[in-house]
Amino acid sequence: MSVSDKIVESLVKNKVEFVTTVPCKQLAGVIAGIENTPEIMHIPSNKEDEGMGLCAGAYMGGKRPAIIMQNTALGVTFNTLSSLTQFYNLPLPMIISYRGEIGERVAIQVEMAVHTKALLQQLKIQTYHFHEPDDIRDLDSILNHTFMSRKPTAILTDSNFWGGY
Amino acid sequence: MIRSDVIKDLIPVITDELVVCNIGLPSQELHMMDDQPTNFYMLGTMGLASSIGLGLALTQKSKVIAIDGDGSILTNLGTLPTIANNPADNFVLFIVDNGSYGSTGDQPTYAGMKTSLAAVASACGCENVVECQAEDAVETMKAALASDKMTIIVCKCESGNIPVPVIELDAPVIKHRFMEEVKKRNA
Repeated sequence: MSVSDKIVESLVKNKVEFVTTVPCKQLAGVIAGIENTPEIMHIPSNKEDEGMGLCAGAYMGGKRPAIIMQNTALGVTFNTLSSLTQFYNLPLPMIISYRGEIGERVAIQVEMAVHTKALLQQLKIQTYHFHEPDDIRDLDSILNHTFMSRKPTAILTDSNFWGGY
Repeated sequence: MIRSDVIKDLIPVITDELVVCNIGLPSQELHMMDDQPTNFYMLGTMGLASSIGLGLALTQKSKVIAIDGDGSILTNLGTLPTIANNPADNFVLFIVDNGSYGSTGDQPTYAGMKTSLAAVASACGCENVVECQAEDAVETMKAALASDKMTIIVCKCESGNIPVPVIELDAPVIKHRFMEEVKKRNA
């Protein structure tokens, strides 16, 4: 089973029923998996902060949400993460492709990679880093922890985790 | 008529519905005139009222009204294609279009110049787009609620503000009482 399939399996197991996505090459498999999973309503968004708004509404509608996005977009989500997600105590798992880490082929991706963890730390966002494919085993607990704590959680998934690309 | 007149007129029609209200003065006006657990006040995050409203409408059965503004729609213009392509027939997006950024001192928006938000919404694929004048806001809202079709209303009104107190409710309290209402309505 691919890590993409394992992510979708974990989302379903943890009753995540609303997922918004903004594409990334590394995330193509998981986005396709979500689209083909009847238990999950998939609403693609045009920008990550818009997606976080959709997730806030879905949570208040009684569904567990998640967002799937690339780390390069972190900057445009700062206001939303602080003044919506955090200020209203909303849980939000963010499954993030960690572009610009070891194995990256596109130099410019490294520019945001070097800021990624520092920015998340600045916002005091609980952050987990999946480097080995086996790290997926923690996803169930991380999702559970996110909904328990009613906070956003970043799950950074790097090139090595996806088996290169 | 200015925005606060429009909101005041709408209150009898929307008071029992789930309302997601835009940041700043719109939320403060609604809070001052008709505070209800069915109102979700945005205290921050300009632009996301329509996104929160759509997410809410797609995930539960009750009708949802998002009160948005022309400036906020322009801030999050990507919302209109998302709304158009994921229609929720229990959703009414009500855009108060006063051609200005009211909460920050009435600076003009492009919606008050060459840009027609109704035309933009239609071009994005929204099927039921109605542009109305402030005087017709109530009838237009009633018709949208009765239609059981997702509707985008662009309500043209004059720019201007009234003095309103800030909202002292804590954000998690606003969320909690709102979610309790959502649960009740979907029980």
